[in-house]
Parts: sequence; structure tokens; C-alpha cells
Amino acid sequence: MSRAALLVLADGRFPAGGHAHSGGAEPAVAEGRIRDADSLASFCRGRLHTAGLTAAALAAAAAHGVDPLALDEAADARTPSPALRATARKLGRQMMRAARATWPSPDLDALASARPRGAHQPVVLGLTARSAGLGPEDAAHCVAYETVSGPATAVVRLLSLDPFHATAVLARLAPELDRVAEQAAEAARRGIDALPAASAPLLDITAEAHAAWPVRLFAS
Amino acid sequence: MHLGHTHDGPAAVSADATRPDGTRRALRIGLGGPVGSGKTATVAALCRELRDRLSIAVVTNDIYTREDADFLLDNAVLPPERIQAVETGACPHTAIRDDISANLEAVEDLEDAVGPLDLILVESGGDNLTATFSKGLVDAQIFVIDVAGGDDIPRKGGPGVTTADLLVINKTDLAPYVGSDLERMALDAEKQRGELPVAFTSLTSAEGVGPVADWVRAQLAAWTA
Repeated sequence: MSRAALLVLADGRFPAGGHAHSGGAEPAVAEGRIRDADSLASFCRGRLHTAGLTAAALAAAAAHGVDPLALDEAADARTPSPALRATARKLGRQMMRAARATWPSPDLDALASARPRGAHQPVVLGLTARSAGLGPEDAAHCVAYETVSGPATAVVRLLSLDPFHATAVLARLAPELDRVAEQAAEAARRGIDALPAASAPLLDITAEAHAAWPVRLFAS
Repeated sequence: MHLGHTHDGPAAVSADATRPDGTRRALRIGLGGPVGSGKTATVAALCRELRDRLSIAVVTNDIYTREDADFLLDNAVLPPERIQAVETGACPHTAIRDDISANLEAVEDLEDAVGPLDLILVESGGDNLTATFSKGLVDAQIFVIDVAGGDDIPRKGGPGVTTADLLVINKTDLAPYVGSDLERMALDAEKQRGELPVAFTSLTSAEGVGPVADWVRAQLAAWTA
């Protein structure tokens, strides 16, 4: 594997649309659940061990070579909120565009043809990792990291939180990120039926409400 | 940029001149500029001027609302299916320059839904003087400033003023009231831009957008030549 390829894929500046999404942080800020670095850390930890673990395992499975269309269905089954399904497919479509420009492969072309409106983003990311010569652990690390880096970046904009404090939150979560990525990759190797299905009901509920806000800074 | 790879899937990667079915895609023109300079009014006037002869669609990049899209809808310059709003996560310049995914998706969806199109106008959210469009998103860009924003803006320059394919200096009717010197603005703009064109507009009359519309027609003629 190429360690540098992992850095390119995991870079927050990878042009795959993520910058317009808060990972549920915008409604959490509005309702006062995130108000400082400590509460941001709690939010990120909760998201990491629930939705993050599930998404990381889907990505790891795609990187491992599990059928992406079966994984796309598995992702739907694990995403009860229609708003979050729509977001996942929108971001999957955007990730696909960047992936085909960066690490083109017949696998990516085939998934793009089968899901022209977008497959779930973690599935596309996992297949992208595979096209880049990366493994299941790498894909899981990418997804686990963006599960927490997305909200942290958004909260810097939403609360004008000190960016050093927000980045320190991410740094302190690093050991947990490693554990979640390992757990996800291990599940992925056991096959599609062993994939975790952890979820955060409050994230699902607030995502539905947020999708109906008339005025918001972030798309999700 | 395509690494020698053939794309046989459903969507072109970014700036490809043809659509997946082999037809030529619409010309894409970006409109950027500071908040309140008249980007949306220019888009609306262009649509009114050109819609009888051309098949047009608009992508708006509002910063946190659908105001711009709603303005175009309320003024009925185009039917609703020809207007798409993109959400930009508090960073309008990112969505038109650094990560153009959502905007590319919007222009492709418009071509799929209401195409074939001749022209897609991509309006950025109101931003600062450094905001420019990626060449992966648009074929040409217009930067809109106005006389009331200060007649020193052309002198200050910046990527928008200096490099846009057309600089529009709007609200010329206000110049006497805000003490802006149009001649000085024209001279400063020329110093910054060399041969690149500048259009002075006042959109208080229907024909005010004329110089911009003429420029767009010339771009289209070159695109379809």
C-alpha cells in the first residue's frame, strides 16, 4: 500500500463535497448540545462509535472486495433517516467523481454506471481506497476520521470555536479512531452479515429536522 | 487530467466539452463578486434578455438561504425546473473553486432534466475580491462589482477584478450620489486588466444589461463554432 495515497484520500481538501456538510453538528449547535470544545468532543465520540463505526465497516468491506451493490443495500438498511440516505448518496456521487479522476478503475466505472445518482458514500470511499491500492484498515481509518473531522471543522465555523481547541479534540480522539477502524476492518473480513449496525437515533432525528430548516449554513 | 482513462460511465468528470452521450454540453458562465453588487439582478436581466432565443438554466450558490434562487423564481425569469440551488457550507468560494463537486452535479442534473441547454449561468454566493471560479466548473467568468462599493475597487485589484473574462461595473446610475468617478474606475480597470473587457451597467432599465448580453452571445458563438 501507499501511505501517501492514504494521506491524499483522507485530506479534508480532497474535493468530494464534504465541506458543505456538518455531520449533524449544525442542529446540535442550534440546540445547545455542542457549545464548546468539551461538548464537541462528546458529540464526536458518540458519532464515532455509532454511525462512524457502521460507515467505517462498510468502507472497509468495499476496500476488501465485497460486492459494492450488496454493500449499498446494507448501507440503506443501516440508515433509517431518508434525509441521511439522500445525503449519503449525494456525497457518494461526489466522491465518485473525484475518485474516477484520481484513481480511475473499472470497479469505479461499474459502480458509477450501476448507481448514476450515487451509491452510499462509505461504499464509494472504500472502493476508491481499493482503486488506490489501499486496504480495509486504510478505508476504515479514512471514514472514522471524517466522521469526527467534519463536525469539528463545521463547529469552528458555526461557533467561531478556537481552531486549535477543535483540532486538539481530534488529536485526543486518535486512539479511539484507531480502535474503531480496527474493529471495522475486522468485521469487514468476516463478511457482509458481520458488519456492525450501530446507529445514533438522535442524529437520525435531528437530520430529518435539519433537512427542513429554511435557513442553514450546511447541507446536512 | 483524465490520466489516459476512458470514461464510459454516466457522468463526465468535470470540464469535458461533451456529455456522456457524445453531444456538446452547455456553455457554463460563472458570475462572482461581492455581496450586493448585483449578481442576481444581472442573472435575472440576462435570462430575460436571452431566454427567447436560448435554452438557459441557472445554478445559485446561496450562502445560507435560498434567497437568490427564490428571487429568480419570484421574478419568474425562468421556470422553476431550470433553477437549482447549491448549498455551500459557509464557504461560497470553496464551492466554486476548491471543491466544485456539488456545482458540477447541479449543472449535470439540469442538463439531464431540462436539456439540451445552450447556456448555464452559475452564480456564486456573495464573497470577497479573491473569489474566482475553477476552470473545471465554468468556461468563462464574469466578476460583478458596483460603483457604490467604492470607486477604488478596480485599483485594489485582486483575482476577480484582474482575471475575470468580463468585469461588470454595475449601478452606474448611483455614481453621482455616492461620489464615484466612473472614468477613474475605467482607467484603473484597464491598468489591472489590460485587454480584458469591462462593461458598465445600470440595471434600472430593461436594456441596461445589453453589454453583458452581447458578451455572452459572443462567448456562445465561440463555444458553438
